[in-house]
Amino acid sequence: MIPILILSIFSGGFAIFSIVAGSLSGPKRFNRAKLESYECGIEPAPQAFRGHRLPVKYYLTAMLFIVFDIEIVFLYPWAVAFNKLGMFGLVEMILFIATVFVVYAYVWRRGGLEWD
Amino acid sequence: MHLLAAAATASNENPSGVFGNDPWWLTLAKCAVVFIFLVLTTLLMIWAERRVIGRMQARPGPNRVGPFGVVQGLADGIKLALKEDLVPAIVDKPLYILAPVVAAIPAFLSFAVIPVGPVVSIGGHRTPLQITDLPVAVLFILAMASVGVYGIVLAGWSSQSPYPLLGALRSAAQVISYEVAMGLALAGVFLYSGSLSTSQIVGQQAKLWYALPLIPSFIIYLIAMVGETNRAPFDLPEAESELVAGFHTEYASLKFAMFFLAEYVNVTTVSALATTLFLGGWRAPWPLSLIGHGQLNQGWWPVLWWSGKVFVLLFCFIWIRGTLPRLRYDQFMRLGWKVLIPFSLVWILVVAAFRELTNEHKTRIESLAYVGIPIVVVVLIWSFVAEARANRLAREVEAEASLPPRDGGYPIPILSGHAGGGRAPVAVAAATDSTEVLDG
Amino acid sequence: MTDTYESTYVEGDPYGGASPEDEGRVFTVGGGDWEDLVESVDPLESERIVVNMGPQHPSTHGVLRLVLELEGESVMQTRVVIGYLHTGIEKNMEFRNWTQAVTFITRCDYLSPLYNEATYCLGVERLLGIEDQIPERVNVLRVLVLELQRISSHLVWLGTGGMELGALTPMLFSFRERERILKIFEMITGLRMNHAYIRPGGVAQDIPPGAVDAIREFIPEMYRRVDEYEDLLSANPIWIARTQGVGYLDTESCMQLGVTGPLLRASGLAWDLRKEMPVMGYDTYDFDVVTETDADCYARYKVRINEMRESLRIVEQALDRLRPGPVMVADKKIAWPAQLALGSDGLGNSLDHIRTIMGTSMEALIHHFKLVTEGFRVPAGQAYVPLEGPRGELGAHVVSDGGTRPYRVHLRDPGFVNLQATPALTEGGMISDVVASVASIDPVMGGVDR
Repeated sequence: MIPILILSIFSGGFAIFSIVAGSLSGPKRFNRAKLESYECGIEPAPQAFRGHRLPVKYYLTAMLFIVFDIEIVFLYPWAVAFNKLGMFGLVEMILFIATVFVVYAYVWRRGGLEWD
Repeated sequence: MHLLAAAATASNENPSGVFGNDPWWLTLAKCAVVFIFLVLTTLLMIWAERRVIGRMQARPGPNRVGPFGVVQGLADGIKLALKEDLVPAIVDKPLYILAPVVAAIPAFLSFAVIPVGPVVSIGGHRTPLQITDLPVAVLFILAMASVGVYGIVLAGWSSQSPYPLLGALRSAAQVISYEVAMGLALAGVFLYSGSLSTSQIVGQQAKLWYALPLIPSFIIYLIAMVGETNRAPFDLPEAESELVAGFHTEYASLKFAMFFLAEYVNVTTVSALATTLFLGGWRAPWPLSLIGHGQLNQGWWPVLWWSGKVFVLLFCFIWIRGTLPRLRYDQFMRLGWKVLIPFSLVWILVVAAFRELTNEHKTRIESLAYVGIPIVVVVLIWSFVAEARANRLAREVEAEASLPPRDGGYPIPILSGHAGGGRAPVAVAAATDSTEVLDG
Repeated sequence: MTDTYESTYVEGDPYGGASPEDEGRVFTVGGGDWEDLVESVDPLESERIVVNMGPQHPSTHGVLRLVLELEGESVMQTRVVIGYLHTGIEKNMEFRNWTQAVTFITRCDYLSPLYNEATYCLGVERLLGIEDQIPERVNVLRVLVLELQRISSHLVWLGTGGMELGALTPMLFSFRERERILKIFEMITGLRMNHAYIRPGGVAQDIPPGAVDAIREFIPEMYRRVDEYEDLLSANPIWIARTQGVGYLDTESCMQLGVTGPLLRASGLAWDLRKEMPVMGYDTYDFDVVTETDADCYARYKVRINEMRESLRIVEQALDRLRPGPVMVADKKIAWPAQLALGSDGLGNSLDHIRTIMGTSMEALIHHFKLVTEGFRVPAGQAYVPLEGPRGELGAHVVSDGGTRPYRVHLRDPGFVNLQATPALTEGGMISDVVASVASIDPVMGGVDR
């Protein structure tokens, strides 16, 4: 753990140093136009997301990810200990993956995997 | 997580037998070397990318700064440092400043568990060429990759501007989707290695690199690693022609450079991980490994093989970028969710079944037959079903296409009757007025 | 458009100072009724995002502005805003004589300047009633440069369109060949772009020695290169996925929107003014009108690629037809003094000629002076001679009141008309499709805004 800590101090130090150095080393000339966010040279439009609302599709992706990520969490220890579990482990995993597949097929069927 | 840790320790009693014994100065030196290696690789990669793509596109590429323009990356960095550090007024400032740091740190950390070489002797200490190893080293890398996404998402979110936001949303969706595919691809490796420790995985590839028996896993990993690092043709979060610069549109100066650095370090990391898990890590390639009873697998030689493999993969990244157009967001997601994920799930079961049968002392041929015949049958049935469906669709399309043009539609001019190959004009009566005007 | 311009300029650095008090110049450009549109989107209750794509955007062909309403990645509504490159070319032409106006109109659609010149000059010639007196060599030369121009214009489309879909390499490849065409143009006209080469009554000068050889050398190589572009893209699965079925516009919709050119031919109608209303002897050349039936971006790509091949065929035939002869009408009231040499600045002058008339003939000197400063008179009337430009029907509506200057010249730019189809092509698709669709229209903002 300690080596990782050392490396993170290296990289974190480097990143923080760069950002501080970057803000110090460059020129500074005030202009109101520079404070505007980039919208292709046009005054920024009022935006719905400033009210913290986003299309629900992105949340759906996140939910799906959680389902599969949990599957992976079960899959890894099984894969590592596979040789000790034997046929029992294989059958169990087939059942498990089949269950997830049912969910997957359901989501696919209901159009949860469409992005348009 | 307890289950995981238990499983991991059960399979390898002392995963870090040779780790943790280094004196403090050696650990420090290793960290420094890895850090410098990554920064240097980034600087070189920026240059190499432009040179190589330049060669592919019949132009020289940067050749002014230093010999062959080799310090172009450094020059770019210095230029960025001398730029005004613009911060738009509307941004969420703490997050905005934090984001590049969050993106950069995990990129470096993943490299701590990448084995660069076997045990060597440095200053009288026998030590492996690897900063450290964990029983869950590969999980650690995946975790770091996920943390890195926070940098991108925070950058897009805190910018409070549509282009960065869209880039960040794309990026988040993209990285998590391909992380699933990547994770499933890696499960095949763990079935073979029985360990999540990178040094042990390399150790077990002495006879056979995992890329060979696990070719499908390897290919899925290669696709997923390009998707995971937001590189062309999956560079949707920063798709220049659509989102200008994506999540880092509002960043300037060295803050922008941090994202750049993080991206290239991530590219190096996933290449190193591919080398470790599939290409035998630091082991010499096949004919060379036979020389002098594996002499080339000892001492400092492996560093050469390891970096050679990593650089070949890095070259592939550049090569792909010079070749392929960019996918559309929905096509990209479809590839991930509808092709890679179900395919890797099935593939894992196939590998598991094969391993199980081999463990039960069936011969390879027998296990191949047990696993292979059902698969062949399924694939055959599927192909028949798919063909019938495709035929039906084709007939429908044909029927649709052969419908006569709509009557009473908008007038279409009469062609002067040359052999042009266009379709016959309809609505003749109304056609004249559109040509009359033109005679002026 | 209401532009709000505020200036708080202070002596010193024009880009700003150390504090808000001396911030320097601030330019803000807003857009009239478009602001109302943007405000009509409820920022709190809606999930829609309003994105200004352009005017400063990498893939809007200069300064096209698209106001997109997005829901996630899907485009709900597209509005096209133009006018950011308005240069008043048409108005300026009213204050120049008929010949000088060529140097203005050539700057409209900067990817096909020779077409702008040609359609304008053909209109003027029709008003003058000298269409039959145009020497054969002029017609052949015009066809020659026009078809080379079509190739160069399609090459820019291929390059920028490819890059907008993320394919970097076709861009560099196609610009490499465009460079060769521009070199040829430089040999012939003296300039790479905005040539002012085609003049009322003929062309500015004959082609120099070596130009024919250069073109002959170029043709077989270009055939090879077109094959190379097809190798890069035609069967590329990502290219196909990005273009097939994207930006669908069938023949009827094309007609309703006035869309012409490759978009119309990609929908199946073989409408090509070179065949339908031939001028400059186009009806005597042997070439095919390229059509596709899918009416999507991929079909337009195929049409343009194959049109390059057809243009090469025409160039070959034009080269074979080049016979020695005059390159200007014989009428001395219209033609500029003969033997004009082209200076290194691309402008015509002939010191020898001027020296001769200065020394020998007062009348000749006066005539020369009048013709160059005042220009010739064109009978009152109006004419419209459309050409099949690289982007579609390109025509200049030329109106004369009988004076030495155009009363009015209006350019029917195909880019302008075809841009109308943008909402029809993009709404309901995704952001990435907007880029592909706009690229397939191939608008040139110089021509659109004029």
